Amino acid sequence: MSSLRGVTAFQLFWWVILPYLALATFVIGHVWRYRYDQFGWTSRSTQLQERRLLKWGSPVFHYGAFAAIAGHVVGILIPERWTRAVGIPENAYRWFSAGAGTLAAVLVIGGVIVLAARRLFVGRVRATTSPVDWVALILLAVVIVLGIVETVGVGLLGHGYDYRRSVSPWFRGLFDGSPDVAAIAHASLIYQVHAVAAWAVIAVWPFSRLVHAWSYPVWYLWRPFIVYRSRVAGRPNEPGTSGRRWRKIGVRY
Amino acid sequence: MRVMAQVCMVMNLDKCIGCHTCSVTCKQTWTNRPGVEYVYFNNVETKPGLGYPARYEDQGQWKGGWALDRKGRLRLRAGGRVRRLLSIFYNPDLPTIEDYHDPFTYDYARLITAPSGTRAPSVSARSVLTGREMNPRWGANWEDDLAGAPQRALADPNIVAMSERVRLEFESVFMFYLPRICEHCLNPSCVASCPSGAMYKRAEDGIVLVDQDRCRGWRFCVSGCPYKKVYFNHRTGKAEKCTLCFPRIEAGLPTICSETCVGRLRYLGLVLYDADAVTAAAATRDPEDLYEAQLGVFLDPEDPAVLAEAANAGIPHDWLGAARRSPAYALIARHRVALPLHPEFRTMPMVWYIPPLSPVADVTAAAGYDDTDPDAVFATIDALRIPLEYLANLFTAGRVAPVRDALRRLSVIRSVMRATQLGLDPPLERAVEAGLGSADVEDLFRLLAIARYEDRYVVPPAHAEEAGRLLAQHSLSGCSLESEGGPGMGGDGVSGFHLAGAAAGGVAGRDADGRLHLRVTQTSPTSRPGADR
Ligand code: SF4
Ligand code: SF4
Repeated sequence: MSSLRGVTAFQLFWWVILPYLALATFVIGHVWRYRYDQFGWTSRSTQLQERRLLKWGSPVFHYGAFAAIAGHVVGILIPERWTRAVGIPENAYRWFSAGAGTLAAVLVIGGVIVLAARRLFVGRVRATTSPVDWVALILLAVVIVLGIVETVGVGLLGHGYDYRRSVSPWFRGLFDGSPDVAAIAHASLIYQVHAVAAWAVIAVWPFSRLVHAWSYPVWYLWRPFIVYRSRVAGRPNEPGTSGRRWRKIGVRY
Repeated sequence: MRVMAQVCMVMNLDKCIGCHTCSVTCKQTWTNRPGVEYVYFNNVETKPGLGYPARYEDQGQWKGGWALDRKGRLRLRAGGRVRRLLSIFYNPDLPTIEDYHDPFTYDYARLITAPSGTRAPSVSARSVLTGREMNPRWGANWEDDLAGAPQRALADPNIVAMSERVRLEFESVFMFYLPRICEHCLNPSCVASCPSGAMYKRAEDGIVLVDQDRCRGWRFCVSGCPYKKVYFNHRTGKAEKCTLCFPRIEAGLPTICSETCVGRLRYLGLVLYDADAVTAAAATRDPEDLYEAQLGVFLDPEDPAVLAEAANAGIPHDWLGAARRSPAYALIARHRVALPLHPEFRTMPMVWYIPPLSPVADVTAAAGYDDTDPDAVFATIDALRIPLEYLANLFTAGRVAPVRDALRRLSVIRSVMRATQLGLDPPLERAVEAGLGSADVEDLFRLLAIARYEDRYVVPPAHAEEAGRLLAQHSLSGCSLESEGGPGMGGDGVSGFHLAGAAAGGVAGRDADGRLHLRVTQTSPTSRPGADR
C-alpha cells in the first residue's frame, strides 16, 4: 500500500473507500436480491404501454451501451503497455478511441434522449417508474452525459486527455489492492465526477431494474424449444420468509 | 410411442348464451389484482368480430404460432432464435395496451364528495395506468352481440379470408359466442418463444404455466402465442396466463369457468396422445390437413397396446380409467363433433369446440322449413355458405367437410331424439348416413343434452402421495394465496403441489431415458423443431 502515502482523508474516501463500498454493495446486493427476490427480477418492460418511441430508443441505447462497455474494457482494463507491446502507436490508439467512442456516444445519447423523453413525458411510462429506478436512471444519465463530454468534447474536438495514465491505473489498482490514488486525484475533474457517479450506479445496480442486464438469455440459442417439467414436492419457504419480496405487489410500482 | 396425458376441454358452442359468467368468475379467481386489470384468462367473443385483443387471429400481423419454412420444417413464425435475441430490446410483434384496452376504473369518491346541488353527480372513467380521465374506446367485450359490427366486423380475419360474394351477404347473418381460454397446446409456441425458459408444459397433465420466478419480462411469449393468451402484468413486469385452474384440476375439480358456466357447455377430460408424433403432425404440409393430423396424434384409450404403453410411461391406473371415460375424447375422436380452434397456427390446441348448429337452424326456420327436419337442415347447411365457410375458417383451416359432418351429426341427434320422445319413427337411416350408430346417438344425447355434472367433468385427482410425504416434514408458513404475484402461477404453489423449480431440480425424472427432467434445461426431443438450425 505504498501508493497510499501522502493521501489525504478526503482523497482516501473518494478514491478508495467509496469504490470498495460500491463494489461490496454490488456483490452482496446481487447475492441478496437473487436469493430473496427472484420474482422482482425482471426487465420491467414498458413496451405494452408505449411502443413507437421504444422502437427507436431502446435498441439504439442498448447497442450503443454495449459499444461503450466494450470501449471501457479496452481503455480502462487493458494497460497502455499492452497495446504498445502489440505495436499500436499512441496516436493511432487515441484516434481510434475518439472515433469509435464518438460513434458509441452518438448512439447512446440518441437512445437516452428518446428514452428519457419517453419516461418523462409519456404518462403511462412515467407512472411505472419506482423511486429506486429514478435514482438509478438519473445517475446513469449523469454518467452518460459526462462520458460523452469526455469522449466527444475532449477526445475528439478538444486536445485529448490521456485517461490511460490517470484513471486506468487507479481503476485497475482497485482490483489488485493497490489503487494509484495520486493518479486519479490529479486527473481532470470531469473524469473524477464521471468515475464517482459510475460507482454510485454500481452501488444502486442490484436494487434497481438494472439487474435485468445479467439475465440476457444467451442459452436460448441452444435450448430445445419445448420445456417439460414434472410436478414434484418442493421445500416450502423457510418459516418467516414466505412471500417476502423486494417490492410489494399491489402498491404502485 | 411415448404416451402422455393431457387435460383437455371441449365447449359446445350451441349452448353458450354469451353471459360472461365464466369470464367474471375467472377474473375474480385469478386476475383481480393490480397489473392485470386488462387480462382475461377466459374471455367470450361475439363472432363475427375482431376478438380480444383486436384481430389477434391475423398472424400476418402478429406473427404468432408456427409456420413451415421452405424445406417444410416447423419454425416459429416470428423468426429464429438469433433474431429473437437481437430484437429483445423491442419486440416488433407485441400488441400494445390499445389493442387490449386501457384499463380504467371510476372515480367513485366523487359520488359522495360532490357539492350538494340539483344535479346528480356522475363519475367518469379514470385510466388505471395514469390515473387521468380517459374515454374508453375498446375493450374485451366491446363488440358484444355484434355491437358496432357493421363498421367493424368485416375486419374479422375469418371474414377477410372468405370470398367476396360471401362477404357481401354478411348483413343477413348469424352470430354466435366463442368463449376462449388458453389452449394448453401440445406444441406450445409460447413455451418455444420464451428465451428465459420460464414457461413449461407440465409432464403429468399438459398444463402450460409460467414460472413467475424465472420470467424476466422479455415478453416473447405474448407475441408468440397465436391465441394471445399470455398477458403481460404491467405492475410486476412478468407474463401471466390461464393456469387451467391447476389447483382445482389437481384436486379432481373442474376449472372455475367450467364449474360456473351457465350454459353447462364445458367438458373436461383426459386425452392420451403420442408425444413422439406431435412435431411431425404439426408440420403437416397442407393446413387443411392439420385437423386430421391432430386427431392422428390422439391415442385410443380402449386399445390394450396403448394402455400398456401408458402404464409403462408411468401414467397411473386411475388416470387410464378416467381417460376411457373422458367426454373430451368421446366428443373429439369417437363421435367427431368437436373441432380445434385454428389448427393452422400449428400449436396443436387442446380446447376444442362443437360448432354451433343454431345459426343454421335459425336460417332454416326463417326460410319456413321445420328446423328439426334433417333434410331441410341438411339442405340449408349446404346452401348456406356463410356459416359453413366462416366456421371452417375458425375450426378446420378452411376445409368445409368436417364442419358439415359435425353439424349433420348434431342435427341428426336432434331429430332422432325428438322423434323418439314423440313416439314417431326416428330417422335412423339419416343417423347412419351421418356416421352414427344408435349407441352413438344415445351417447351423444347423454353428453350433449342430459350433460350431467359427472359426465361433463371426468378429472382424475393428481397423484400427490409423494409430495405429501415430503411436505409433511415441514410446516407451510402462511396461506399460499397470500404469496405475492397472485395465487399459484408457479410461484409459491398450492400446498402439497409445489412445482419443480430451480430448488427442486436434480430430482430424477419419471422417464429413465432422461427425456423428461425436472430441470428447465430438460426437454423432449420430440418437440425440437428447428433444433438443427
Ligand atoms: S394457447 Fe396457451 S399453450 Fe397455446 S401457445 Fe397460447 S399460451 Fe401457449
Ligand atoms: S358462462 Fe358458459 S354460457 Fe356463459 S358466456 Fe361463459 S361459456 Fe358461455
